[in-house]
Amino acid sequence: MGTHSIKLTINGKHYVEEVESRILLSDFIRENCGLTGTHVGCEHGVCGACTVIVNGTAVRSCLMFAVQTDGEEIQTVEGLSQDGELTPLQQNFKECHGLQCGFCTPGILMSAQDYLAKNPEPSTQELKEMLSGHLCRCTGYDGILKAIQKTVDENKQLALTEGS
Amino acid sequence: MKPPKFEYYRPNTVDTALSLLEESGFDGKIIAGGQSLVPIMNMRLASPECLIDINQLHELDFIEADDDKVKIGTLTRQSRIEISDLIKNNIGLLHEAVPFIGHVQTRNRGTFGGSLVHADPTAEIPLALMASGGTVHIASADETREVQIEDFFVTYLTTDVMPTELLTEVHIPIWKGRVGFAFDEISRRHGDFAIVASACQLTLDDHNKISNVRLVLGGVEAVPLLVEGANEIMIGEELSDSLLNKVADIVTGVVDPESDLHASADYRRHLAAVYTKRILQTAYNRARR
Repeated sequence: MGTHSIKLTINGKHYVEEVESRILLSDFIRENCGLTGTHVGCEHGVCGACTVIVNGTAVRSCLMFAVQTDGEEIQTVEGLSQDGELTPLQQNFKECHGLQCGFCTPGILMSAQDYLAKNPEPSTQELKEMLSGHLCRCTGYDGILKAIQKTVDENKQLALTEGS
Repeated sequence: MKPPKFEYYRPNTVDTALSLLEESGFDGKIIAGGQSLVPIMNMRLASPECLIDINQLHELDFIEADDDKVKIGTLTRQSRIEISDLIKNNIGLLHEAVPFIGHVQTRNRGTFGGSLVHADPTAEIPLALMASGGTVHIASADETREVQIEDFFVTYLTTDVMPTELLTEVHIPIWKGRVGFAFDEISRRHGDFAIVASACQLTLDDHNKISNVRLVLGGVEAVPLLVEGANEIMIGEELSDSLLNKVADIVTGVVDPESDLHASADYRRHLAAVYTKRILQTAYNRARR
């Protein structure tokens, strides 16, 4: 049961690491790479706190082994803001009280980031269904929904301005 | 939570994957999306000695159609099926069923074939496939073979696929004529395992009489239940309240659910009848349009 050498990119930075096959991607990100923004909740795919973007798609990092991501590209919550500047989505979480304790926030941000990229004009119902993949034990869904909805509205407005 | 140690292989071709399966025998286990396997490994309910990762077998990630059937590769992600126009236009039942699977984030990774071989009796893809009919293609190092979907599910979490075999693709017939379908399920929260799930597909003749019907129920037996007795009595009939009641009686008689934390056997039996009526009516109305 040897270890495996893996090369991958996280938030644009290259990593070469030796891992045991059984190491979960979530633990690898936190412990080997020191990126503790990705939170670990249930470790069986239910709570959504560990959601990251792998090759452009939001997935549960507790349901993948690190060894499976050899050669792949990963984005975690640390990779969202650029030069200390929050993304509009993050800014709206701040403005709309989209987080209380903040434990579920990184996962929701990564999910929403991917979801809005693929579905620019979702209905409120669709947003709620997307959010059903995340547990917020503070039950702060109202603020979370408002923050995402506000981002959708701003993006629409931006598209209109750019279009005209 | 950590899974026990295991050997890991990541083959790049189907042939390599099949030889690895052959070599590892009962110790080997395929991992595709891992959305069911990894949780049970994390909880140490399963501890395969050797994982063979098929995520690099891109040749098994496809959706194709000809005049009569749609072919879906085993590695096709559930989220790709969800947004596929080819699926929507040709196998509407599957299109309707997929959003009930887990959540967006698990459908992004979970695969079509993975759901079939995992064979949870409440899972959506097995149910939709039973109601459409179809052929499952299975390969091993020695041979390839086909199995009708009716013979595929053996018992709870067990299919006809042997430890040295790999499900490669599924062919689903495109139903022609006045087709109606419906899928529905009940669970306490969206994305939970269904307490009872139901699927049906039917065709009508020119006089609005049912010419073919496949009603399937999940969560009431160890495998998706094709309710043959009920399907037979509907042929040649228009759907009426009295027919629906007769069908519901048959369903109540044949299902043999178990009680668990989520629902008693009696409640499941009751739900099976309620959902039977509901989806048959929806499918019939859609076919009449």
